[in-house]
Amino acid sequence: MSGAGGVQVAGREGQPVLAYEQASRRYAGVSAVDYVSLKIERGSFVALVGPSGSGKSTLLRLANRLDLPDTGRVLVDGKDIAHVDPIQLRRGIGYVFQNIGLFPHLTIAENIGIIPRLAGRGSIDVRAALERVGLSSDLADRLPAQLSGGQQQRVGIARALAGEGKLLLMDEPFGALDPVTRDRLGQMVRQLHDDLGLSTMLVTHDMAEALLLADRILVMTEGRIVADATPREILSGQAGPEADALVAVPRAQTKRLADLLP
Amino acid sequence: MRDALAQLPPLIASHVLLAAAAMALALVIGLPLGLASARRPRLAALVVGFASLIQTVPSLALLALFYPLLLALSALIGGGVPALGFLPALLALTLYALLPIIRNVVAGLKAIDPAVLQAADAVGMTPGQRLRLVEAPLAAPVAMAGIRTAAVWTIGAATLATTVGYPSLGNPIFAGLQIERWDLVLAGCIAAALLALVTDALLGLIERGIGRRRRGLAITGLGLLILGLLLAGLPLLRGPERTVTIGAKNFSEQYILARLIGRRLEQAGYQVTYREGLGSAVAFRALASGDIDVYVEYSGTLWAGAMGRTGAPARQAMLEGIARWMAEGPKTLLVGPLGFENAYAFAVRPGSGLKSIADLAARAPSLTLGADLEFLDRPEWHAVREAYGLRFKGTRAYSPTFMYRALETGQADAISAFSSDGRIAADHLVLLTDPKQAMPHYDAILLASPERAKDSRFLAALRPLVNAISVENMRAANYTVDRDADKQSPEAAARWLDQQTHR
Repeated sequence: MSGAGGVQVAGREGQPVLAYEQASRRYAGVSAVDYVSLKIERGSFVALVGPSGSGKSTLLRLANRLDLPDTGRVLVDGKDIAHVDPIQLRRGIGYVFQNIGLFPHLTIAENIGIIPRLAGRGSIDVRAALERVGLSSDLADRLPAQLSGGQQQRVGIARALAGEGKLLLMDEPFGALDPVTRDRLGQMVRQLHDDLGLSTMLVTHDMAEALLLADRILVMTEGRIVADATPREILSGQAGPEADALVAVPRAQTKRLADLLP
Repeated sequence: MRDALAQLPPLIASHVLLAAAAMALALVIGLPLGLASARRPRLAALVVGFASLIQTVPSLALLALFYPLLLALSALIGGGVPALGFLPALLALTLYALLPIIRNVVAGLKAIDPAVLQAADAVGMTPGQRLRLVEAPLAAPVAMAGIRTAAVWTIGAATLATTVGYPSLGNPIFAGLQIERWDLVLAGCIAAALLALVTDALLGLIERGIGRRRRGLAITGLGLLILGLLLAGLPLLRGPERTVTIGAKNFSEQYILARLIGRRLEQAGYQVTYREGLGSAVAFRALASGDIDVYVEYSGTLWAGAMGRTGAPARQAMLEGIARWMAEGPKTLLVGPLGFENAYAFAVRPGSGLKSIADLAARAPSLTLGADLEFLDRPEWHAVREAYGLRFKGTRAYSPTFMYRALETGQADAISAFSSDGRIAADHLVLLTDPKQAMPHYDAILLASPERAKDSRFLAALRPLVNAISVENMRAANYTVDRDADKQSPEAAARWLDQQTHR
C-alpha cells in the first residue's frame, strides 16, 4: 500500500510531516549537511543510506533540534522548529539510536514511561507498551543491564513510541545487534509503522535493510542527497551511480550465496 | 582517665558543630562548582588546580594564615570580624574539604555514558530534569565517595582548631602533649577517630542506598546522621551565659595560672571557658580584640613584641611604660604583676664551668642551642645575640618539655630556659647571669580586655593575685605538672597554688 515515493494521500493539513529547506550544518568548516531541501510525506517510511560521515545522522538530528542548522529551515508539521520549544518538540518525536541510551538507574517500566512522566501525563500501560515491542511484561521491574542487547533496543523503541508522536527518527538502531535480531527488529518496526500510522525516517548503512523496509530511499554523500528513489527504481539501476555502487554489494553477496548451492 | 573523659562532651559538641558547618559550607560551594566544572573543562582545570594548591598547604599553616587575613579584613571594614575561634577554623576546614568534593563531582558527572545524556535530551528533558533525574543519581555514588573523604579529613583536621582558640578535641591532645598527660592525648585522639569512623559509616550507608537505589537505606543513613549531630550538639544547648574566656599560651605555667584565674572567677560567680595553646603574638591581639578576656603575659615579651620597643629598662620603669602604653593604645588593662618573673635565661648542665652569657659566648661555636618554638624568632634573642656576639654551632627548636630532655640527653648544650621552671631546681641546672643586661625583665603580669577593664566585680576577683605568687611557689607548682613521676594535672597544681596564695 505504500506510495513508493509517488503522490501520497495528503496529511491533515496537506503538509509534509517533515521538511528541510536549504538546511546546512558545518562542523569546523566541513559541511555535514550541505544545503539540503527535502520533504518527508506523512505515513512514509524513508531510509537514509550512505557511507560513514556522509551526514545522515546530522540530518536526522536537525529534525528534533538535537542539532541546529547554520542556514535554512527545518519544518515539522509545517512549523519552523527554530520557533518551537525544543523540549515540547522532542517529547512529540520518537528518537531511537544505536547506543540505545536507556537510563541505567531506572527500571524498564520507568524508562518506557519517562516521556509521559516528564510531560506530566501520568503513568502508562507498561504491559501493553512491552507487548507491542514483543517483550514479556515480566521485564517491567528489571534494570536495563539485566536485558540482552536486542531486548534493550526493543525497550528503546517502546520508550520512543510512548511519547505518542507520529514521527519516528531512527539512527542506525540495529547497528550493534546480531543479524538474526536485526532482521526481526526491522520487521517489527515496519509492522509498528504500518499499525500505528507512523512517519519513519531510518538511518542505516545497510542497503539490503533499506531496500527491504523502506518505501523511499535517500542516498547521501558528503552532505548532499544524491539519489531519491523507490527500492524498485534503485534495484533496476535508475537511481544513479552512487545508489548503484551501494546496491552492488548486497547484490553480489546474493549471487555468491546462490553460487554456493549445488 | 576519668577526668580526661569528663571534659570530652562539650568538646565533642563544638568539634562536631565545626566539622558539620565546614562540610555544609563546602557542599554548598563544592556541588555547584563541581557541576559547573564538569560542563566547562577550562573552569575545571582552574578550580581543581586551586583546590589542589590549597591541599599542599599544611592544614595547621592554613588555619594560622587565616588569623592575619581576618585581622586585615576586620581592619578594612572597621572591625567586627573575629580573627580567632570559629570563623578562621570554619574557613580553613571548608577550603580543605573542597577538593575531594569538587574532584569527585566532576569525575562522577564525566563518567556518565554520553548515550544516556543524549537520550535524556532526546526524550525532552529540560536541563533541570536532566540534572535531577539522570545526572545527579548517576553521579551520586562517586560524588558520595568524595564527600566521605572530605568528612573524614574535616573531622580529623578540626582538632587543629584548638590552635586558633576554638575548642575542639584538639584541646586534650595539645594540652596532654604539653604536660605529658598521655591519657588526655589518647582521649582526644580516640574520640576524634570514633567520630570520623561513625560519620564515614553513616555516609557509606547513604552511598549504598543511592547506589543500589534503595531509598530506605539512604534515608535511614541520613536520619541517623542528623540524629547524631543533634545528640553531639546537646551539651551546647545549656544556654549561652556570658562566660569569661581565659587565654593561655602553650606551656604548663600558663595552664596552671589560667586555672588559678578560673578558680577565682568561678568563686566570684562567673562562667569560665579556656582558650589554651595560644602563641605570644596571637594571645595579646586576642585580648585587645576581646576574643579572650584575661591572660597572663610577661612584661619583656610585651615590651619587645606588641609594643615594639628595644632595650631593657628597669623593672618598675618597664611596668609603668606598659601601663601607659595600654591606656593610650589598645585600651587593655594591666591589672598588676603576679609577683614572680619568668625570664628567658640560658641554662646549662651542672659542671660545665659556665657562669655567665659572656662565658657561653666564648664557647658557643662548638655548642648547640636548644630553644623553645618561638625564642629564635623573638627580638630578645636578636638583642642578646648582638650584645654578646653569640654564634652557636647549631640551633634547634623544641616544644618546652622536649627542650629540657634535649639538654638532659646532650642533644643541646644550652637551652633558652624559663626562670620559673621547676625543672631548673630539680635538674640542678645552672642559670647563666646576664652582666650586660641584654635580656629584658619578664615579670608575669595579669592583663584584662578593654571590656573587662570596666568590670569592677571582675577586677575585684583578680586583684588579690597581684604580687601574691612567689617564684618558689610557681616553680613548685610547675614542677608538679612537668615532672615525669607522680604528675599532677594543671587543675591540681592550681588548687595547691591557690591555697598558698590566700592571704
